[in-house]
Order: sequence, then C-alpha cells, then structure tokens
Amino acid sequence: MDLSAINPFLLLCAILVSATPLLFAAVGELVVEKSGVLNLGVEGMMITGAICGFAISVNTGSPWMGLLAAAGGGAVLSLLFALLTQVAMANQVASGLSLTLFGLGLSALIGQGYQGIKPPEFPTFGVVVAEATAERAALVARLDILVFAAIALTAAVWAFLKYSRAGLILRAVGESHDAAHALGYKVVRIRVLAILFGGACAGLGGAYISLIRVPQWTEGMTAGIGWIALALVVFANWKPWRALLGAWLFGGVNVLQLNLQAAGVDIPAEYLGMAPYVITIIALVIMSSDRSGAPASIGRPFHASS
Amino acid sequence: MTGTLLKIEGLTKAYPGVVANDTVSFAIAEGEVHALLGENGAGKSTLVKMIYGLVKPDSGTMTLRGAPYTPSEPRAARAAGVAMVFQHFSLFEALNVAENIALGMENPPKMRDLAARITAVSHDYGLPLDPHRLVGDLSAGERQRVEIIRCLLQSPRLLIMDEPTSVLTPQEVDILFQTLNKLRAEGVSILYISHKLEEIRTLCDSATILRLGKNVGTCVPRETSARDMAEMMVGSALHVPERAHGDTGEVLLEVSGLTNAAPSEFGTALKDISFTVRAGEVLGIGGVAGNGQDELLAALSGETRGAAETVKLKGEAVGRLGPDARRIKGLLCAPEERLGHAAAPDMSLTENALLTGARREGLVSGGFLKWGAARRFAEKVIEAFDVRTPGPDNAARSLSGGNLQKFVIGREVLQRPEILVVNQPTWGVDASAAAAIRQALLDLAAKGAAVICISQDLDELMEISDRFGALNEGRLTPLRPAQGLTVEDIGLMMGGAQDMEVAHV
Amino acid sequence: MATPVLAVLVTMVAGGILFAFLGKPPIEAIRVIFWDPLFSEFAFYYRPQLLVKGAPLVLIAIGLSLGFRAGIWNIGAEGQYIIGALSGAGVALAFYPLDAWWIFPLMVLGGALGGFLWAMIPALLKVKFGTNEILVSLMLVYVAEKILASMSLGLLKNPEGYGFPGSRNLQQYPSAHNAEIFTGSGMHWGVAAALIAVIFAYILLNRHMLGFQIRLTGEAPRAARFAGVSPARLVLFCLGTAGALAGMAGMFEVSGPSGQVSIDFNVGYGFTAIIVAFLGRLHPIGILLAGALMALTYIGGEIAQSKLGMPSAAIQVFQGMLLFFLLALDMLTHFRLRLAAKGVA
Repeated sequence: MDLSAINPFLLLCAILVSATPLLFAAVGELVVEKSGVLNLGVEGMMITGAICGFAISVNTGSPWMGLLAAAGGGAVLSLLFALLTQVAMANQVASGLSLTLFGLGLSALIGQGYQGIKPPEFPTFGVVVAEATAERAALVARLDILVFAAIALTAAVWAFLKYSRAGLILRAVGESHDAAHALGYKVVRIRVLAILFGGACAGLGGAYISLIRVPQWTEGMTAGIGWIALALVVFANWKPWRALLGAWLFGGVNVLQLNLQAAGVDIPAEYLGMAPYVITIIALVIMSSDRSGAPASIGRPFHASS
Repeated sequence: MTGTLLKIEGLTKAYPGVVANDTVSFAIAEGEVHALLGENGAGKSTLVKMIYGLVKPDSGTMTLRGAPYTPSEPRAARAAGVAMVFQHFSLFEALNVAENIALGMENPPKMRDLAARITAVSHDYGLPLDPHRLVGDLSAGERQRVEIIRCLLQSPRLLIMDEPTSVLTPQEVDILFQTLNKLRAEGVSILYISHKLEEIRTLCDSATILRLGKNVGTCVPRETSARDMAEMMVGSALHVPERAHGDTGEVLLEVSGLTNAAPSEFGTALKDISFTVRAGEVLGIGGVAGNGQDELLAALSGETRGAAETVKLKGEAVGRLGPDARRIKGLLCAPEERLGHAAAPDMSLTENALLTGARREGLVSGGFLKWGAARRFAEKVIEAFDVRTPGPDNAARSLSGGNLQKFVIGREVLQRPEILVVNQPTWGVDASAAAAIRQALLDLAAKGAAVICISQDLDELMEISDRFGALNEGRLTPLRPAQGLTVEDIGLMMGGAQDMEVAHV
Repeated sequence: MATPVLAVLVTMVAGGILFAFLGKPPIEAIRVIFWDPLFSEFAFYYRPQLLVKGAPLVLIAIGLSLGFRAGIWNIGAEGQYIIGALSGAGVALAFYPLDAWWIFPLMVLGGALGGFLWAMIPALLKVKFGTNEILVSLMLVYVAEKILASMSLGLLKNPEGYGFPGSRNLQQYPSAHNAEIFTGSGMHWGVAAALIAVIFAYILLNRHMLGFQIRLTGEAPRAARFAGVSPARLVLFCLGTAGALAGMAGMFEVSGPSGQVSIDFNVGYGFTAIIVAFLGRLHPIGILLAGALMALTYIGGEIAQSKLGMPSAAIQVFQGMLLFFLLALDMLTHFRLRLAAKGVA
C-alpha cells in the first residue's frame, strides 16, 4: 500500500470532477422542491440525459450538441412527470418512482448500439501538477468548463431564490400553494417550469458522467447518483451553497474510496464501494432533525378549487 | 358619497349540483361601507371571488365606475383598484412581512424602500408592523394587519374584507373599525362580509343580504333591528338553546401545570395551564385563533402526552396515556378540523364511526372488526343527530360542513362521555345545525357529563358556558363565572389590544 | 377495476408503436408477449414459469402495498430481497452437507429475518430520527448489492467451485432445495407462501383493526393519530412485514429457481414489485392478478427476445409505461369524479 501516490492537488481536481454531476442534479432538484414538488425521478432523468447526450454527441460529433440533447432529454422526461403530477394530480412519490423505472428502461433501450464506443472528446484543460522527469511523465490534472459551470449555476440559483422577484414567487408557491393561488399566481405553470428546469439539470448531470467523467456508455451507469442528489437536497437543508459543500463532500468520499481501492488498501473493494451510500444515510440521519429550509407544501397535491 | 363605484347585475355562478349565486345584483357607492350578510353557504365567498377575479361568473355583468369590469385574474382586479383581505389568510409563514407584502403587489419597490413604506403606512393607520419579522411568528391579529397593509399600499378604491373580526379581540375590533372609518373618510369603498349583525349595525352604511345564493333584500343596518336582519338571513325564526341546569357534581377532570412545547415551528406552546371541570358543568374557553386551542385539545385527547400528573381523570393520572386509553376511561374529544382530523374525508361514515367508537361501542373484538355493529352505530348517529346523507356508506367528504359536524359531535355524544372536549363545535355550520349542536352539548351536561367547549365565537360561549376562561399565547386565564361577564371583561381576558394604536385621523 | 385494464390496453398500443419503431412487427410482438406464454405450442413449458416469476413479485408487492397504503414508502425491497437470500442461503450452507428436515423451514425463517432486519434500518431511523425512509431504503439496495458481491466472492463462495464466484448450488442439496411441490407445475414453496400472503393481507385489510389503522393512516394521518394509532408502530410493522416478505422471496429464489448466490443474483424483482403493487391498486387480489400479468411480460419478453430479437430493455420500458399510464388514467378518472361530485365552497 502506498498512500503517498495520492497527490493532494490531483485529488482536489478529481473531487471537483466527481462532484459535478451530483451538483447539477441536486441544484436542479432543489429548485423543483423549493416550488413544492418532490420529483423522485432524478435517477431516471439523469440516466436518460446520459444516453441522450452520448448518442447525439456520437452521431453529430459535437459534445456541445450532446449536452444540449441531454438537457433536452431530461426535460422531456420531466415533462411526463409534470403532466402526471400537475395535470392528472397523480401521487408524486409514485410518479417519481415510475419516472426512474421508465428512464432506466428507456436509456437501456436507446443505448443498445452505443456500448463500448468512445464519445467525441470534450475539451478539457490540463493543470500541470509536476513537471516531467526522466523517470515519469508530467502529472496533469484535467478540468473542464462544466465543473465551473455547475458552480456558476449554484450561484445563479442562490441569487435567483434570494434576490429576484421570480425567485420569491417560486418560494411562495412552495410555501403555500393555496395562498399563492389566492393572490393570483399560476401555481401549476410555475411548478411545471421548475420541474422542467430540474429535468434539464439532471440531464446535464447525467451527460457529464457519460461524456466527460467516464467517458463511455454502460447501462445503469448513474449507479444511484440521482438518489444521492435527492439526499443532498435534504442534507443541504434546501440551501444552494450547502448543496455545493455537500456535493464536494460526497465527491471527496467517492474519490477517496476509489483511490484507496487503487492504492490497494487491505479492505475489499466491495466494502469501500459502499462508502458513498453509507455516508449518505449517515448524512440524512444527522440532517433529519433540521428541516427549517424545507418548503411547507412539498409533495402535497394542489387542487385549484374555487 | 358621490356616485356608484361598483355595480353588479344578475351575477350567476353554478357548480355541479349547486347554484352558488343566482342573479345577484347590488351596487356599492363611493366611500361607502357596504355589508354583505349571509349564513355560511349563502354564496358570499363565491360572490367576492368573482369580484376579485378568482372565479369567472357564468352570466351577469359588473361595472366599475361606469366601465365594464371583467377581471380575469386577481392581478387584473388589483390593477383596477380592487383589493381583498382574506378570511383564511393568504400569507406565507416562512417568508417575512415585507416579502409577503411584495407578493401581493404588482410592481413592488425595492425591498428596502418597501420596508420603509410598510413602517410608514402601518403607523399612519394604527397597525404597527415590523417588515422584517417572519409571518409565522405573528399573532392572528398581526397577520391580518399584514393583509390590510398589503392592500393599503396599492391605494385601493374598493377594499373587500372577508370576516375580518373573527380573529380579533373586541378591543382589536374597535381599532380596526377606526382604521376602516378613516379609509371611508378618504373615499375608499369597503365591501364588508360578515354574519355578525351587531358589527354590521355599528360599521356599515348599507347591507345586501344573501340566502342560498339569492339576494333576498337590502337594508340600512343602522335603521334595522338585528332581529329583522337575522330573519332575512336565515329565513325563519331561530331556535335558542335551552339550558336546564342541575347542580354541578364532583371534579371529573383536573389539569394542573400543563406545559407543552410547540408541536411545530409555528405552533403555540402551552404554558402552565391549570383548571378543573365538574360533572354537569360547561366550561367555555375563548381566545383568538392560534393561541393554543389546537394544542390544548391535543393535550387533553392524548395526541400529545406529558407527565402523568398533568391530566387527571376522576383523580387518576392519565397524562401519559394515548387517545384510545383515555377514551376507554370516558374522556372524549371532537377537534376543530373536521376533514382530516376528526374524520377521514375519503372513508365512509361507517369507517368514521369506527374511528373513535371502536372500543367504547364494542365494534372490535380480539382485534377483528365487527362491520355490522359499526354500521349500526353510524346509523344511530345519523338518526339521532339528523345528519342529512343517503346512508352510512357515503364518504365523509360528501357531507356538507354542518352535516359532518353533526356527525362528528353525535359520534362522541352517543358514546356517553363523562368528559367531552370540543373545539369550534359550530364553526362554518349553518344556524339551525349550530343550535342543534349547542343543545346537544347542554343536554349532555344536564345528564351529568363535564363539557369543555373551546371556541372563538364569544356569543356561543356566553350562551352555553357556566364558567369562562380565555387562552392567550398558550396561557389560560383564571376561570370566571360566565354570568355577568361583559364584552370588555372578555376582551381583556383574551389579551386586549396588544400593541395596537388608534389610526391617526 | 376498469382503470388497470384500460392502462394495460393503452400500454399495449403504445408498446406496439414502440416495437414498430424498433423495426419489429407490432401485432406479432404483442401476440408473442401476451399470448404465446399461455397458449402456444410450448405453453406447457412457459406456464410453470409464470408461477416461478410471479411468486416473488406477488410476495414482495403484498408487503410493499401495506406500507404504501399507510404512506410509508419502502422502495428498497430489492435490498431486503438480497439480504433475505443471503441469510437463507447462509443457513443452508452452514449446515451443509447435513441432511435434516428442519433445515428448509429454518432457511425460511432465516430469509424472513434477514429481510426484516434490513428493513428495520430505515424503519428505526425513521422512528428515532425522522429520517426519510425512501432514500435510506434505496441507499441500502446499493449497499446490499455490494454485500452480495462480497459474499459470492468470499464467505459464501463454493470451495469446490474452481475459484469461480458464486456459492454451492442449493438445488443439489436436497435438505435445502426449494423443490417443486408438484413436479413440472412450477409450484414451489414460494408460490404457496405468496398465496398465503395474499389471503393474510386480505383479512388484515378488511377485517382487522390493524388493517383499518393502516388504511386510516394513509387516508388521513392526523385523524389516525386522533383515533389513537401510533405512527411509529405502524412504520415498524409495515416496513418489517415488507422486509420479511421480500427476504422470504429472496430465500425461495436462491434455494429454488436460481439455486445459488451469485453476483448477478438479483434481477430487479424488488423494483418491478412496486409496479405490481400499484397496478394491483394496493389490493391483495389485484396484486395477485397484476403479479401474474407482470410475470407474463417477463416470459413473453424472453420469448420475444429469442424469436424476434427484441432487446430486453424494451420490456423494461414496457413495464415502466404501464405504471405511467396507470397513474395518468387512474387520476384522470378520479379527478373527473371529484369535480362532478364537488359542491360549492
């Protein structure tokens, strides 16, 4: 075992990369939940985004088109959820679950012909950590623009919720849809828009995994990150900056366990692989006492009576 | 008073099965306080929702200052100078006062400027408010101020107020009326919805009376007796409950030092509540909404538990027991919220009878349900309390508010409680059903049970109580004999007018 | 009752369109999936399979439906299924090669206990700390999968397996084998357990106080507390029962049709059972029918895979669509009724 092989700066970059898909999905879901809707379909939307982004970028040769398609794919799937919960008034938990089950199947179906293909390379920029020496090549940490885009998105959502009038209306709808309705706000329209935003963000997060982080397509490759994103929103107490912090924490745990596996620590890989999920549960337990940031009408169906 | 501000002609709105408003016509003059009077279910709410743009009329026209007025949404109504203070507040507990007010405005100024204007306007009208406080932390009266200030900041020409005094102490009502008089003097018209006749006689210039969706008359309240108005409103003479008082007996319930933390972020904590109730006695507990009524009922019913000694039934400490165990010992309750608390909306009346009657009525044996017995018990309640429903298989939701309330009260009364606690027993119930419910409570006491009636309707409490106390921020005042209490006494017991000031005329 | 049937029909149409897009003959595909397993010339082979696939689905869905009715969302049945299989197989392998009649009943208990304990994690966390049971139970699926991998590579690995991952084959250990009760019928002990569970659930929900309390809690949680229902006890009961049933399903599978603990032992019954529970309207008899239907799509899907080259994912999409349409149709009809029945505010 050689822990000294782990370079701290490389580790930091790896954490940023590992946290990015989680951050996209969590920030999107945070906006959805702030509007009073619980969409448990994040995993399904992510994996759909992952395959849509992958397929389009392979077919067009442009990773940017892929990202666009991923956001679109996630949003289209979330539109189904919006129709079910906001128009047909279906139970949000059941609808979210069905979205995940459907998304996993759909992505597997679309992904039939894409196994084992390499997508067009996404432009990254290297940060040289150590110069090349006679013994070894240069150590370069790779980052990409989306890592920073996700952080910028977090900032934008924070400012939107805190300072903008539209953000205030969104929070109001999530707080009490009856009161918002009485004041004449279009509760359903606002929630549908929030759901679409959440879907697009989850799609982007999924595409980040299939196009940049891995990059290739395998079935079920999101491996529960969508669910962890849901937990992250609770962990963050519905506050964007804490979601960022949480994403880095989870990213860190993930990178650490992968590094420990690679470094050949004397713990079976399976047990190290449990770490992100177990940490998520522990985080949920710690945070479950404080729900002060939770929107009051989350998950409750809105019937426009009167 | 110059011309007509709002003219309503032949307004009709029908819902499946019910005509809520049937060709209603009336006019509101500029600078007039116009009362809209009617029982629950008379169609007052639907009418004002049409004026405020929340509901579209099926037919009929509205004219505002001579121009056609067809608000498609509240925003349009607000733009036309129509503002509304809601009965059930349209406020957001987790947002602060300024944010709440901004949400009700079309083009709110910057938050800092808005906060300054709120402070200024609220001071001018005698309704002081701190713009940065969370609405969830405010009292019911303060919340109403938020709604009023929200309207005033938009310089309305017509202010609609839906049952504004139901959440105020008598002293607060006086101050509100001074504010409204100031507004009237400034030329603002007010449409004032209420079923409290004395209030309307004090405040309003003219009144339109609705019954079952129809306009059944107009009058000048100052020149009409309350009795005449009541008859127009109800359509027949009212039955006044009779009380036949026996002597009060032994102490059945003793509450001592009951202190509970607030159950939720914006709930009320109970603070050191002590009282006793004797057999044959009706104890009335008044107070403005949100001062611990729900919490007190939960503490008595066993939904929240505390130290054993805080609640004693005939000397036995039951503070730790749950609702079922307390029921077996004779302590029964009927909470305020019918749908979802006292009854399960989508379950049948038979199942709802089972909900509290399972043990006392022997509707369950060895864990297995006796559906036949449950159905018979439900039928007995329906029969004895004149519940209008096709039968016990109908869902609770399908009953009107008054009928469901009769079922809920009847379900407890027929289980021969030794102590019955009711919260808002006649809220939202029409006058004849309300009279029947009050009579049932009095009869129960006459037979030797102890009755605790928690209510925000002071007339009701004065009608049936032997002793009276008021809840104020989770504390209970010392109990006083109800006979001889004046409105001022009661108002002071309820907390008087907290940090309100008279409008600066 | 009409909506689930309608949902199935609509899904068939939508599925046909999907299959056409995949370049498969739509009518034939639907026939292969829904008709062939029951009535084709090889139906004698497929019909028993129906029981084999349907039993775990029904067993798990019955457990889930109790919680779903009370608003307790256990979506980690897949994990409870895995742990049940591991503990059931663990009991068997601990006694290998002892020959005794009590080994199999002990395995059933072991499987149920394993699933129960695994479900107690989200249950106790919810009761003690108010932690969201949806997320915790789901996270535990991933943890269970890792444990499964570790077990099939380590502790439970067949010592005579030439180093390949996977345990001994329990089909070759008579005392532990969940054999067919009637040869060739597909009727193994899991099928019997599923039928018993259906009857048990039916009586519980319709005749017993506890079932009434479950329904009451789902309909109106506050009214349930007022009636004296203890939410904590209900959480423990619903999650515990669901876990025990899922664990038993896993145990019957590992000792019967599957035969051994292996890395890819679990095939998603725990998730499909969620669809089954909803499709059966959370009603025991409905779940029985829905389980049979879902088993049909599994087997039909396999036939379509071999006959028409239909991708296996297409069936997964098909099952997902079914739940979608059910929810949409269900609520649309419900909503219309509500509107019609609605009086005036």
